Amino acid sequence: MPTSRITDTFARASGESRAVLVSYLMAGDPDLETSYAAMCALRDNGADIIELGAPFTDPMADGASIQKAGLRALANKTTLADTLALAARFRAEDQTTPVIIMGYANPVFCMRYAEFAKAAHAAGVDGTILVDLPPEEDGELREAYAQYDLSVIRLATPTTHENRMKKVAEGASGFLYFVAVTGVTGAGSADPQAIAGNIEMAKRVSGLPVCVGFGVKTGAQAAEMAKIADGVVVGSAFVEHAEKAHESGDFASAPRGMGALAKELSSAIRTITKP
Amino acid sequence: MDLRNTWDQWPDANGRFGDFGGRYVAETLMPLILELEAEYRKAKEDPAFKAEMDDLWAHYVGRPSPLYFAERLTEHFDGAKIYFKRDELNHTGAHKINNCLGQVLLARRMGKTRIIAETGAGQHGVATATICARFGLDCVVFMGETDVERQKPNVFRMKLLGAEIVPVSSGTGTLKDAMNEALRDWVTNVDDTFYCIGTAAGPHPYPELVRDFQSIIGKEARAQILEREGRLPDAVMACIGGGSNAIGLFHPFLEDEGVRLIGVEAAGHGIETGEHAAALNGGKPGILHGNKTYLLQTDDGQIIDAHSISAGLDYPGIGPEHAFLRDSGRAEYLSCTDKEALAAFQLCTRLEGIIPALEPSHAIARVGEVAQALGKDGLMILNMCGRGDKDVFSVAKALGVDM
Repeated sequence: MPTSRITDTFARASGESRAVLVSYLMAGDPDLETSYAAMCALRDNGADIIELGAPFTDPMADGASIQKAGLRALANKTTLADTLALAARFRAEDQTTPVIIMGYANPVFCMRYAEFAKAAHAAGVDGTILVDLPPEEDGELREAYAQYDLSVIRLATPTTHENRMKKVAEGASGFLYFVAVTGVTGAGSADPQAIAGNIEMAKRVSGLPVCVGFGVKTGAQAAEMAKIADGVVVGSAFVEHAEKAHESGDFASAPRGMGALAKELSSAIRTITKP
Repeated sequence: MDLRNTWDQWPDANGRFGDFGGRYVAETLMPLILELEAEYRKAKEDPAFKAEMDDLWAHYVGRPSPLYFAERLTEHFDGAKIYFKRDELNHTGAHKINNCLGQVLLARRMGKTRIIAETGAGQHGVATATICARFGLDCVVFMGETDVERQKPNVFRMKLLGAEIVPVSSGTGTLKDAMNEALRDWVTNVDDTFYCIGTAAGPHPYPELVRDFQSIIGKEARAQILEREGRLPDAVMACIGGGSNAIGLFHPFLEDEGVRLIGVEAAGHGIETGEHAAALNGGKPGILHGNKTYLLQTDDGQIIDAHSISAGLDYPGIGPEHAFLRDSGRAEYLSCTDKEALAAFQLCTRLEGIIPALEPSHAIARVGEVAQALGKDGLMILNMCGRGDKDVFSVAKALGVDM
């Protein structure tokens, strides 16, 4: 069952008294073949969950790195169907690592929610994070997901106060993605102390594991976040390896660089023992 | 269902106009737009808010704008009587200031000190910078770098008014990217910043409040035509990019079922070429910039760049209420190419001594056939939503004139 892949992952990490590492990459950047190699490299170097970015022309919550990654993927004519096929290829060889599709509502809406849910399930996808689909607007999507056990993973932010958190938690599953800074992806890093209270509240209200992302780039930052959350999400720092690969033309450097970063991050996270 | 009782009662509590509209924003912004909605409800009920608006409309903006009988254009087409609602005579030269004034007054009520805005043609940017200067607020305007280039006079005006201009090169460097960048700024500066959206689109409550502020156009026009002609018009017409001037004109006539509501989209090089800005005539429903509406997009749900000679219409979406009015059949939406708009621009200038902006030139290009179809007993109003001074350079270029 897909949801249990996510649940199992958190249970396994909890058994090892550590936080999980969630790593993001953009499908089709610099090309689909390299993305596949990168997914394997991330998994082999300690990434517990893979977020696969589905490119969109107008990523309003993303900073420059992920915006450019999306445009490179689109220049390669990467479609939502390609992103799902990439997930399926990975799933054929790996039955345990959760794969989450992260992106924006329109391409999914355009495919139609029901058809997307069916295709995502068939591809072995475990859930989605659709940035511009808040609880008020994801009812139809949740209906479509229900029969496939796909998780609707929601975002919470420092502006999400307790009453709002109840709304965010309602119908959410898998885990909660806590956006550490008010800002776009890849922006300045958050002070873990400033958000520790918000994360406690998010855990209590949602009853879900809480992963923290936005602005986490280094092992040291990841370790700090691992102290206060169940998982740490890193995106832009991985994507920057794809950018370098694109610029140099040495595509193999992307999985190499991403793998090395995953190793640094997962080692750092493992230095923090969770109660 | 008795539709006559429902046209002007949208949006519903979820910000929906039928199936369109809504609040498709990142969670960071949800508390902000919910707060804005609550504050707007309070302001609407507050006589002091209305009194302040009315006073500034009268003495700063110059409202009511005249309703003018375009006698020679009427003779030229030999059909229905054509009136112009002269919103190009407003302070700053377009209808945009009606909305900016309302939003900035709301921002002040909310204690916000920094106003951000996106702009295409620069009219909304100029209007926002103007009101910010008037109230001593910081103003940051995001503008696609393509538009910065083709709207130089407005860029300079904004700078004179004290605004900071941020040229946007991300994406394709046009109005939609300026809007993305404004949203990115807003999620980053949630505490002190108010996003003043220029058109009747975006997440709820923007389509509603922009419409309400712009409805002054239709309210005045309706009263003025009744006074001048003793009856309602047979048709009202306006150009449509995001659609704020059109919804402002249409809304007070929604319950008058005998009044045809006609919007004119920008067909650019022609809808069949794919290079246009006609979301209703050449797009399909989708989700962008906080609302569900008609969008120019690929089969895979990627947004396609719009094209129009008019920077103010150069947007791949349209306000959600227009999407609703189109699907329900209450309003009609025509289109007009760059070439036709250029011809209408010159025609109006020569016949009426009014240099229209390229935006309303699109509506002028379609007014003749509607006037002729209505016949000589017909009566219609066209919204002259902006003056053409800002466009003289691009028109000269399009006509091959070296200035």
